[in-house]
Amino acid sequence: MSEQEYVLLRHRSIPDIHKLDVYRQHGGFDAFHKAVTSMTAADVLNEVKNSGLRGRGGAGFPTGVKWSFLPNNVWPHYVVCNADESEPGTFKDREIMESNPFQFLEGVMLCAFGVQANVAYIYLRGEFYPIAKQLDKCIKQLEEEGLLGDNLFGTGYSLRVYTHLGAGAYICGEETALLESLEGKLGQPRLRPPFPANYGLYGKPTVINNVETLTNLPPIIKNGAEWYKSFGTEKSPGVKIFSLSGRVKRPGNYELPLGTTFRELIYEHGGGIIDDREVKAILPAGASSNIIVGSDEALDTPMDYESVAQLGSALGSASVIVIDDTVNIAQLVEQTVNFFKHESCGKCTPCREGTYWMNHLARRIASGEGSEEDVVMLETVAQQMVGKCLCALGEFSTAAVLTGIKQFRSDFIERVKSGKTEEVQVERTPSPAGASDRSEVGR
Amino acid sequence: MNEILGKYKEEVDAILAKYPQDFKRSAVLPLLYIAQREQGYVTREAMAEIADIVGISTTDVASIAGFYSLFYETPQGTYHIQVCNDLPCALRGANEFLKQLCEYLGVEVGETTADGLFTVEAVKCLAACHRAPMFQVQEGDRLHYHENQTIETAKAWIEEIRQQAQARAAENKDGGQQ
Repeated sequence: MSEQEYVLLRHRSIPDIHKLDVYRQHGGFDAFHKAVTSMTAADVLNEVKNSGLRGRGGAGFPTGVKWSFLPNNVWPHYVVCNADESEPGTFKDREIMESNPFQFLEGVMLCAFGVQANVAYIYLRGEFYPIAKQLDKCIKQLEEEGLLGDNLFGTGYSLRVYTHLGAGAYICGEETALLESLEGKLGQPRLRPPFPANYGLYGKPTVINNVETLTNLPPIIKNGAEWYKSFGTEKSPGVKIFSLSGRVKRPGNYELPLGTTFRELIYEHGGGIIDDREVKAILPAGASSNIIVGSDEALDTPMDYESVAQLGSALGSASVIVIDDTVNIAQLVEQTVNFFKHESCGKCTPCREGTYWMNHLARRIASGEGSEEDVVMLETVAQQMVGKCLCALGEFSTAAVLTGIKQFRSDFIERVKSGKTEEVQVERTPSPAGASDRSEVGR
Repeated sequence: MNEILGKYKEEVDAILAKYPQDFKRSAVLPLLYIAQREQGYVTREAMAEIADIVGISTTDVASIAGFYSLFYETPQGTYHIQVCNDLPCALRGANEFLKQLCEYLGVEVGETTADGLFTVEAVKCLAACHRAPMFQVQEGDRLHYHENQTIETAKAWIEEIRQQAQARAAENKDGGQQ
């Protein structure tokens, strides 16, 4: 690949950037120093707003606008970083935290200053235990260097950053479930409103931002909003990390401007499809995606929030799973549905029961033991869930089902008519009777 | 007598200090990790101790331990092998890998080997989709990833662990430390 100036994955240009002195030699913490000593919180917020940065966790909501919802008459404010990265197909936050931890932490700190929070929590999925340990060490170094703690740079501003480990629950990536979990409760979503900006952690105004979102902040504050807007498209400015996986030759994280086409990502960066086969379908936002048919039109679509939405899907966290013609979509749907059934928190009935029955039906169809009526029933169950679930998880569980059956009905019919399955590509293994399937207990 | 508090007072205090005084309950998950590190799973006694420390009922602690999939309430193998076979990994051969791994260890998914050394589990996405097949290993409170696996690399690792375990057993016999 040609020389690329990385904005987020800077360790690919500067391998030792995970060391504090190296990060500082390359301008690290200049932005934080500048913000705390010469800018007001409102200045920081405006710069972020003007940059057009949008949340990289999946929703794509403008970051600065999100911050501005915090009321200035209720204190304290909290910052919570969502580092619960769990969407099948997403592995970008992990690389940032592992290899460029100080830029990420500086982002957390800038966000905290921007909303005048004195405490920030980084909520990591439990599987990121080694990363949390490493971040703890980094935080300690920052305290020793006087970059975290009380009365920073003599300004009176104080800030503490803490890590907090989850323990294996996809739902905790949903921001209100994350807050519940951080408060030491079951990770189940809250009813909204009130929204976290008003009633968040411990009932106080709270900003929740994704790891990648926050990692964008140091260069934005350092170089300015105009600089940031020179990347990407008008409505989706900036760079984005695309996690490319599935049936491609070179899966991995690729930092590219928003608006790069699927074709460029898959063929130029990902090296094309294994055995040079055809792209059959694309899941642009992991298991939660509406499936896109792999047409020329789709491949030539720019990956920005608006264009992917026009294809009837969403960019989400840009976890692009590529499907080739060796994969039967009924089997793919069985996998995504099984995931959501496993991860449903059980709080609301449509999701708990819906994912349970979809899982039964999808399994029966994929294993060749189903009938055409099962396909109709699967579609009906999914349709009945839409719009009725407490949080996005239930909604997402129907995405691949509905768009899969609609666009690839013949794959389902082929399954129910063919009897037993032949290929093993996406064949399911029995789910464990052990601890990870606890959501089934009590059934 | 609270054993967790007695044994790890400094660590517990450091955990509690992260959260506001009125919200000690936030320390439940970190404390469950300490308990699990002690015995490989979370005992009822430990749950009662944690309940005592954070000021909630034992039932609440038990429901939390039950909700989160990284906590175990029964003894597990020393090395908990968790293979991801979610969609992106399945697209790169994770199911075949899992099958071969189970065959090699002579267990079904979810079971523990007779020597108590390994438990194999199929789990959901571990954020390593580009390096499948892969598995993570939980060992006490430690956790590490094994990525870009083939059945051969996995077998080699298993044999290494088995040898280490044998060496430890032999040492214990000779030295009689425990």
